[in-house]
Amino acid sequence: MSNILVYIHDPAGAPTKGQRELLALAARLGEASAVLGGPADAAALASLGAAGATGFYAAAGGLDATGLIAPAVSLLEAAVRESGATAVLLPNTVEGREIAARTAVRLDGGVITDAIDVDAELTVTKPVLAGSYTVKAQVTRGPALITLKANSVEVPDAAPAAGAAAPVRELELGDTGPAASITATAPHTATGRPELSEARFVVAGGRGVDGDFGPVEDLADALGAAVGASRAATDAGWIDHAAQVGQTGVTVSPQLYISAGISGAIQQKAGMQTAKTIIAINKDPDAPVFEIADLGIVGDLAVVLPQAAAEIRRRKG
Amino acid sequence: MSQNTGTPLNILVLVKHVPDVQFDRHLTGPGQRLDRKDSVLSELDEYAIEAALALAESRGGDKAGNTVTAMTMGPEAAANAVKKSLQMGAAAGVHICDPALAGSDAGATSLVLATAIKQLGGFDVVLTGMASTDAETSLVPAQLAERLGVAQLTNLSKLEVAPGSNTVTALRVGEDGAQWLESALPVLVSVTDQANEPRYPNFRGILAAKKKKVTTLTLAQLGLAEEAVGAAGSATRVLSAAPRPPRAAGQVITDSGQAGIALVDFLADAKLI
Repeated sequence: MSNILVYIHDPAGAPTKGQRELLALAARLGEASAVLGGPADAAALASLGAAGATGFYAAAGGLDATGLIAPAVSLLEAAVRESGATAVLLPNTVEGREIAARTAVRLDGGVITDAIDVDAELTVTKPVLAGSYTVKAQVTRGPALITLKANSVEVPDAAPAAGAAAPVRELELGDTGPAASITATAPHTATGRPELSEARFVVAGGRGVDGDFGPVEDLADALGAAVGASRAATDAGWIDHAAQVGQTGVTVSPQLYISAGISGAIQQKAGMQTAKTIIAINKDPDAPVFEIADLGIVGDLAVVLPQAAAEIRRRKG
Repeated sequence: MSQNTGTPLNILVLVKHVPDVQFDRHLTGPGQRLDRKDSVLSELDEYAIEAALALAESRGGDKAGNTVTAMTMGPEAAANAVKKSLQMGAAAGVHICDPALAGSDAGATSLVLATAIKQLGGFDVVLTGMASTDAETSLVPAQLAERLGVAQLTNLSKLEVAPGSNTVTALRVGEDGAQWLESALPVLVSVTDQANEPRYPNFRGILAAKKKKVTTLTLAQLGLAEEAVGAAGSATRVLSAAPRPPRAAGQVITDSGQAGIALVDFLADAKLI
């Protein structure tokens, strides 16, 4: 069985849903091992093991956390050489893509981003041109570095119970090359809501919210959804740029996408049209978003969203 | 020379000519390549050009010896991406153009660009946009840093080289939150659409661009074999492509006071709650 590596960017704590998706996919394709991009204690290793990792690779002496991207590339390069892995799965994030990009150059392999599925022959399915086409692609030489979109692999909502974990193989990296120094960091402000890129449900607001994201946030909280926004709304400063869905923001493929006060121009559709179900609320009956919505509501979002939120809370008791 | 602006910077900005995202885009022919008619300068590259011009101006501009060169790789029409860069204010252009380049993936593209950058030589800052708006992979900037052996400062929303210094400081906002970065020159930089407000070319800029020099480079001039680029040189291959079945428009209702309830009924019927 071929060796498949999964790059775990931040292995501390319980694995995220995205990490569990990567491990579940790797376990389906071969013998899954995790490459640890940061420190992990015994409990973290055990929960990664329960999610599918049968082996671990880490940097001897710990990975240099102050160097941007380059140290992780050296670790992944060493892990692929050590394991002879045919494929490496990474998250489809800025970091995941960049680490994959550089590792592919070092190992003369190929990178395929935005994967939504990978079969036993390592044929990758991915959306392109803002979701208007679905292509199948393969890496033709060297290891396949594949970045996987969130919500692509079915995994249980809760992490399985952790057992004993495999030992960690420590790799000597030597000089990891020129890198920018990370001189300070600040985490995103915790919202208590699910991560936008990984959320099963997203409620997004646009120009039509007219400065007030209250109704959008209210419905999101009733549903346990993440909050998204169009570029018009983030550019207006009504909500943090991190919430932007679309071509220059986060692409999402949730089970449910509720679009409120977003007209649905091509760039706005780009980030959301792979959602399984789309509901749109807009005052304008001619808004293009109604062309792709499973349910369209012509109405005032400031009235419709709170009514829906209250009804959901009533039914949930 | 009253202002201490530091050593002049030699800045290269990479630009791409891509199909306009305002229109429907199509894959065609064997190899499922992108139909490149109706192409424009990638919107995300305008932020890179602006960042390059602003960086040069912060050090005293061309009078102080700073230069901004715009480079593209692509078919003949891609010269338009360089032309727009020159109109915005870049001093010179480079167009890598060769029929064998068609079908190059990110790895092959980064090889060609890195080869050209090394041959031209002497750049302190290589600047790109955060992604192209056609392939949208964001792979080339990181691969260029790897091939050039320089630090990458990518996905930046702020960029500064303090007057008199040769140290770049920057802000990167990613999945992990905000990171402040620092690096000595030379560097590879990519900027997001949050980094600045790109300027529009003015009439003087449009006139001046006509006199600026654009150098065309072929594969032979770069010393690259045809097999190293295009489909043959790429480590990835597209096997098939299918247009996404158009999403059928569903039911559209007009709110008459109960639409919020109808929304919840719909969610319940779809077993989403």
